[in-house]
Amino acid sequence: MERPLATNAPSASALDQLLDKARSMSQGDAVRDGIVGDIYKITHEICDASVRYEDRAKLASTSRLDRILTSKLWGFPIMLAMLAVVFWLTIAGANVPSAMLADMFGFIEGYITMFFQAIHAPDWLHGLLVLGLYRGSAWVISVMLPPMAIFFPTFALLENFGYLPRVAFNMDRLFKRAGGHGKQALTMSMGFGCNAAAIMSTRIIESPRERMLAIVTNNFVPCNGRWPTLILLASLFMTVSVSGGLQSFATAGVVLAMVMFGIVVTFTVSWVLSKTLLRGVPTHYTLELPPYRRPQFWKTVLLASRDKSWSVLKRAVIVAAPAGVITWILGNVFVGGDSVLNHMAGFFDPFGQLLGMDGFIIMAFLLGLPANEIVLPILLMGYLSSGAMVDADGIDNIKEIFVNHGWTWLTALNMMLFSLLHYPCGTTLFNIYKETHSKKWTILSALIPLGIAIGVTFITAQLARAFGWV
Amino acid sequence: MRSYTIALAGNPNTGKSTLFNALTGLRQHTGNWAGKTVTSAEGFFEYDDASFRIVDLPGTYSLYSNSTDEEAARDYIIFENPDVTIVILDATSLERNLNLALQVLEMTNRVVVCINLMDEARRLGIKIDLKKMQEKLGVPTVAISARSKKGIDELLKQVMLVASGAVVPSPISITYSEEIEKKIAAIEPQVREMFGTHLPSRWIALRLLDDDESLLTSLKKWLQRDQNAASRKEVLQYGETACH
Amino acid sequence: MASAETTLLEAGTGNQVRITRIEVQGVMRRRLLDLGFVPGNRIEVLQKSPLGDPIAFRVNNTTIALRSEESSQIWGERIGE
Repeated sequence: MERPLATNAPSASALDQLLDKARSMSQGDAVRDGIVGDIYKITHEICDASVRYEDRAKLASTSRLDRILTSKLWGFPIMLAMLAVVFWLTIAGANVPSAMLADMFGFIEGYITMFFQAIHAPDWLHGLLVLGLYRGSAWVISVMLPPMAIFFPTFALLENFGYLPRVAFNMDRLFKRAGGHGKQALTMSMGFGCNAAAIMSTRIIESPRERMLAIVTNNFVPCNGRWPTLILLASLFMTVSVSGGLQSFATAGVVLAMVMFGIVVTFTVSWVLSKTLLRGVPTHYTLELPPYRRPQFWKTVLLASRDKSWSVLKRAVIVAAPAGVITWILGNVFVGGDSVLNHMAGFFDPFGQLLGMDGFIIMAFLLGLPANEIVLPILLMGYLSSGAMVDADGIDNIKEIFVNHGWTWLTALNMMLFSLLHYPCGTTLFNIYKETHSKKWTILSALIPLGIAIGVTFITAQLARAFGWV
Repeated sequence: MRSYTIALAGNPNTGKSTLFNALTGLRQHTGNWAGKTVTSAEGFFEYDDASFRIVDLPGTYSLYSNSTDEEAARDYIIFENPDVTIVILDATSLERNLNLALQVLEMTNRVVVCINLMDEARRLGIKIDLKKMQEKLGVPTVAISARSKKGIDELLKQVMLVASGAVVPSPISITYSEEIEKKIAAIEPQVREMFGTHLPSRWIALRLLDDDESLLTSLKKWLQRDQNAASRKEVLQYGETACH
Repeated sequence: MASAETTLLEAGTGNQVRITRIEVQGVMRRRLLDLGFVPGNRIEVLQKSPLGDPIAFRVNNTTIALRSEESSQIWGERIGE
């Protein structure tokens, strides 16, 4: 209660009295119905006087398209096909520019090394700056920029066209079953780009309970930081038997399967949480399906490239560069005849083997907490005895390194699964805390996925070994 | 240089962000789905020797406090008292969009109605009689296509006229059913006594009749801020609780 | 052409309905009113989602999808075909 001031300003209690008076005069919803009804009467009047519809058929063009895109027969196949096409475009289109960028960085590195030699720079300085910092950033740019430059604009085109709300419309029944909200499909779509941004976008879900479900499960949608891991491992280990031009199709298929698995996990976790920690009735739901609009092609492509691809890349380099330095130091500081990096990997190795992976992989995921995009570079750097991140050129070299360290298809599969399922990156966790103001849910958002990742990889590893598949 | 504040209100997915970007040059990514603007953005631009601060309010279907977004948009218009509120309407679904416009017109007369997506409307064969619309609404009404930046200049001209006070719109007044009007008449005098001309008394009376508790909370905060401002001379730092 | 009262859920795809009453209460009722689900307004049933629920409705030249929980509590009478 406010203490009354010695002015004639109205007090809070006077306001309360006024509301009580108003309340006693109105009868619940009747007033609201009357108000809105009367306003609508006037809007209809205004529209009748000033708006003319020349062609009702044209007005229905959106619903004609919807009859196909959200039909019982075609709704889901079209949705999957669109997702597959986006993946395929990303994978097939990124190969060549990735290799070209890698060549270019390798070429430049030669000159930088020559420069270091010319000024008689000490080896450790060359190691730190060129083999650590430069290679780390170069790797991230050449592996990440091309897929991002294709994925984001393609996705933005779909978004501006108005397709995403249809996805929410198609999938709502599934989300409702799992206790979630149809708009969770929209926040998941954002997650394909960046989980941290997707956490912010969950604000469109008004009910706190369903919003929390969307936040906790968003991690199961692979973000741009994890695409390269999925794509690279899929093409190196999963689709080698597929020849020539078909390989990028097969790779897209494997990546799509991973994404589908992530969606299944999303539904399962949502369902379990809505039966336990986040119990409650599904709240009310309305979803607007805006008319389809032809996107402005070049503007959308340019804006998406500039805003999304560029900012994501910037962040990646900012994190990758210091990570490269740290990893180089860990790999080049020797304790008792072995590098710190090797000691760490040795420590985690038994646990890694249990999950069908090894100590280096576990360590890479741990060091990769700040950003998922540096997991693979750290791993490669760990494998190389020099302790420097691998030379960006030569995708074939990479496979050789893996195979030399005892990799099989199971190692690749489990690393993909672990990457898909494990905890969200540091930025995302920070955003979760900012949005939920809850330490408990921030920690759960990391622990639930981690538990699932460990469980799933453990099971696949044990099954594969029990049946003698590896 | 004179400076003005503009609020940008509208339904979700009406091209609010696109217009905001066109005016400020700032680039928010705009998507075609409801609720894309999750926080209100703020930008600046200059026009005709005046500087404008423009606030992009969350896209809402109404201002009747069904959600935090709606409360935020409502509170901004009522308590921050922008010099002009632009209500942006989707030309392809004017019936529903006007619902929001009329709600804003009940709160303030310093409004410019801006019908966007005229290119889409043309494509769908929708003809809009702008003059008639303006006549009915009683506030400057302009048609634009924000995506292709058509009509922006006319919009700014009207905004300038209203902001500078050269044009004082007298918006349509909504007459409700006799029953509701009677209740308004019973409450409004007391509201006016409390808030004078600072706040729209008829609108507040209507909201109270609709049992709008969230508005009551906001009103109390506003009162407190007001009183704090008055007593700031005596009590140092007392005004820190001022709300937004 | 007075016909029996029906809910929006059961009105059937392609049909038009004039709303007579809304049984939903609370915030959702307000939201529905704001979206144009107002007694007297004309609604067209557009189509069901692939899994049968929700259903998309045409109201005031916009398309709004509602779950069965809500559409089963909005009543109206069929008009035209």
